[in-house]
Amino acid sequence: MPDVIAAEEAVAEAVARADRVDPQGSGTHREVGGPPPVDAVAVRAPAGIVAYDPADLTVCVGAGTTVRDLQAELATAGQECALDPRDDRATVGGTLATGLSGLRRLRVGPLRDQVLEVRFATAEGRLVRGGGPTVKNVTGYDLPRLLVGSLGTLGVLTRVILRCRPLPAVAWWGSTDASPTDVRAACFRPSAILSDGDATTVLLEGHGDDVDAQARAAGLVACEPPALPSGQHCGRIAAPPSTLTALGAALDELGVRWLAEHGVGTVHVATDEEEQLARARGAAHAVGGWLLREAGAPNLDGHGVPLPNHALAERVRVAFDPTGKLAPGRLPLGRAAGAVA
Amino acid sequence: MRIAAEHDRPFVARGSGTGLAGGATPVGRPVVIVTTHLTRVLSVDPVDRVAWVEPGVLNLDLSRAVRHYGLSYAPDPSSQAACTIGGNVATNAGGPHCLASGVTSAHVLAIDVVLADGSVARLGGLLPDQPGYDLRGCFVGSEGTMGIATGIAVRLTPDPPAVRTMLLDFAAIDDAAATVSGIIAAGIVPAALEMMDAAITRVVEDFCGAGYPRDAAAVLLVEVDGLEAGVAADVRTIEEVARAHGARGVRTAADEAERALLWKGRKSAFGAIARIAPDYYLHDAVVPRTRLVEVLRRIVDVCAAEQIPVMNVFHAGDGNLHPLLAFDAREPGIWERVKRVGDEILRTCIEAGGVLSGEHGIGLEKRDAMPLVFGPDDLDVQARLRDAFDPAGRANPDKVLPRGSRCGEVGRVPEGAWI
Repeated sequence: MPDVIAAEEAVAEAVARADRVDPQGSGTHREVGGPPPVDAVAVRAPAGIVAYDPADLTVCVGAGTTVRDLQAELATAGQECALDPRDDRATVGGTLATGLSGLRRLRVGPLRDQVLEVRFATAEGRLVRGGGPTVKNVTGYDLPRLLVGSLGTLGVLTRVILRCRPLPAVAWWGSTDASPTDVRAACFRPSAILSDGDATTVLLEGHGDDVDAQARAAGLVACEPPALPSGQHCGRIAAPPSTLTALGAALDELGVRWLAEHGVGTVHVATDEEEQLARARGAAHAVGGWLLREAGAPNLDGHGVPLPNHALAERVRVAFDPTGKLAPGRLPLGRAAGAVA
Repeated sequence: MRIAAEHDRPFVARGSGTGLAGGATPVGRPVVIVTTHLTRVLSVDPVDRVAWVEPGVLNLDLSRAVRHYGLSYAPDPSSQAACTIGGNVATNAGGPHCLASGVTSAHVLAIDVVLADGSVARLGGLLPDQPGYDLRGCFVGSEGTMGIATGIAVRLTPDPPAVRTMLLDFAAIDDAAATVSGIIAAGIVPAALEMMDAAITRVVEDFCGAGYPRDAAAVLLVEVDGLEAGVAADVRTIEEVARAHGARGVRTAADEAERALLWKGRKSAFGAIARIAPDYYLHDAVVPRTRLVEVLRRIVDVCAAEQIPVMNVFHAGDGNLHPLLAFDAREPGIWERVKRVGDEILRTCIEAGGVLSGEHGIGLEKRDAMPLVFGPDDLDVQARLRDAFDPAGRANPDKVLPRGSRCGEVGRVPEGAWI
């Protein structure tokens, strides 16, 4: 697809010329983490499917393609990519740069496991490739995983090759009053076990007879897919999986709405008052976790914790972007690190 | 490591030394840091399914240590009885069962490392996410060039309730390859999908009597696991696909003993080669699944032209080829011929849209082939990333990246690549 390639070169040139760069997708996840840079040149990756052969179980797309468009194309061959952003108008590149795994992580693994190859514009405006097009590859360093979650600070993703998977024959949501721990013991490879403190909601994917048998074994009753908690101020907590019960109780105490991914350790939280999200962050820290601001809460620090191995992470950033022009402020690095609350 | 840093000496980490790309081979006069005495499984959490291990723990010993919980460590390289978890992390090792479950990086949650300057760091962690960069993902597969792992937290995988292992017998290798594509196209990603050609099938059968058909042009060893109904449906579909592509026989192991025997054949393939020739050179490259047939044909032709016997036993499901060249090193001029064949095989795979290595790594062996797949800008970024971990360039120098990778670095003909 020459359009995508020409557009990639235009992105690289724009990055080379700019003093500050703000990589943008659809804007569905703009408030995640540190605030977008001001006085920065917006750059957008091209959209479009570059190559797709279902028999290879891989797809090459412009990073500006929306997840919705990508999944629609893959569905024609009975396949999907396990990207699962909370809003599928998000672009593939934006989803990867933000690095937030979806609700099926228990089954499909973290987001970073879905990426095989990345092509990105470096701070100097060169187009660089990392990883490889095959489903298995150890040729050189794992740049794809490094760029997932980098929030645009290492390069502007322009094109990626993703792993595909066959769509499950059946995808079925059920709920029960039983504890998430009991449900996990009763089910083999469930796709999600979610809890809001009252009900345990489970996603089962696979052969219809297996789904039925698992539902019976775990005492599940069919239900609607659960919605993420909604509110003006949203975040996600990463907590040790064994602390979720205690953390849920603490969040209830604070009056914060929450939905926990059992077996994973992610807890989605929402409130209508900014102060409450700050308190939820305190509850996360108390169990050894942290809270990422996802939406709203303009006065809250994006991450609330310094980057682990800060000096090493800073050296990595400088290796990719010596002048700090790429998405400055999106990660607590460099000067921003000193401002962490 | 601190002592090495004080004396400004390069160092190389070494586990069991089973690596096939020379990643742990000392070049020059490095300090060799051996991890084989660090063999403790430090903790096992059967509820969260995590184990902390020291780097010298053998891959198979880890699975044995957690078996009574109904758990295992999923990556299973052929050398799993001898290779260490630390080495697996260094090479991002694979194995037959990585088709569905992913290679090492998907199973490593956290790594305690000593960096080249002697400082320590924990990369990754037991939280689902950390702010910032996936330095853990970066370290896995870095072949000792970013530091040495001293503790590793691995994800453990629950044993599947149902497992079926099938042996498919073909009169033509093209039919076997087409069956591989057919199985994937039918929406099935088996737990393992292995192919063996006529030559290796006969050698293995003579060696251990695994019950393989001696007259087959190729056999596929297919394993599906999961829940009973899905597994039964997959077995039926795989049989249909195989028959539609001309399979002469389809056998499903009746019990655990038969299943173990089928796998014993596959996993002893490399040892069995000793019956053919005293030496072998095992290659590792990956091509898109859809190009398997043409690449296999080309490999056979290339080897025939140089009169080097070749056997193919490999992870067909993910396109990971392992052409095995059998030879006798005492024969004059043989090394040159084997190397010519190896280079041509690599070029063929790259031209088919493949990569240099699926699971063995780059090490010394393929270092100078890196420019076949990466341009100068790509290599420059990798070199800068490496320098961020090891600014002094003392961690396993001369491996993975060819000289001249850094922009502005004077390129010259590298030496000592062939081992």
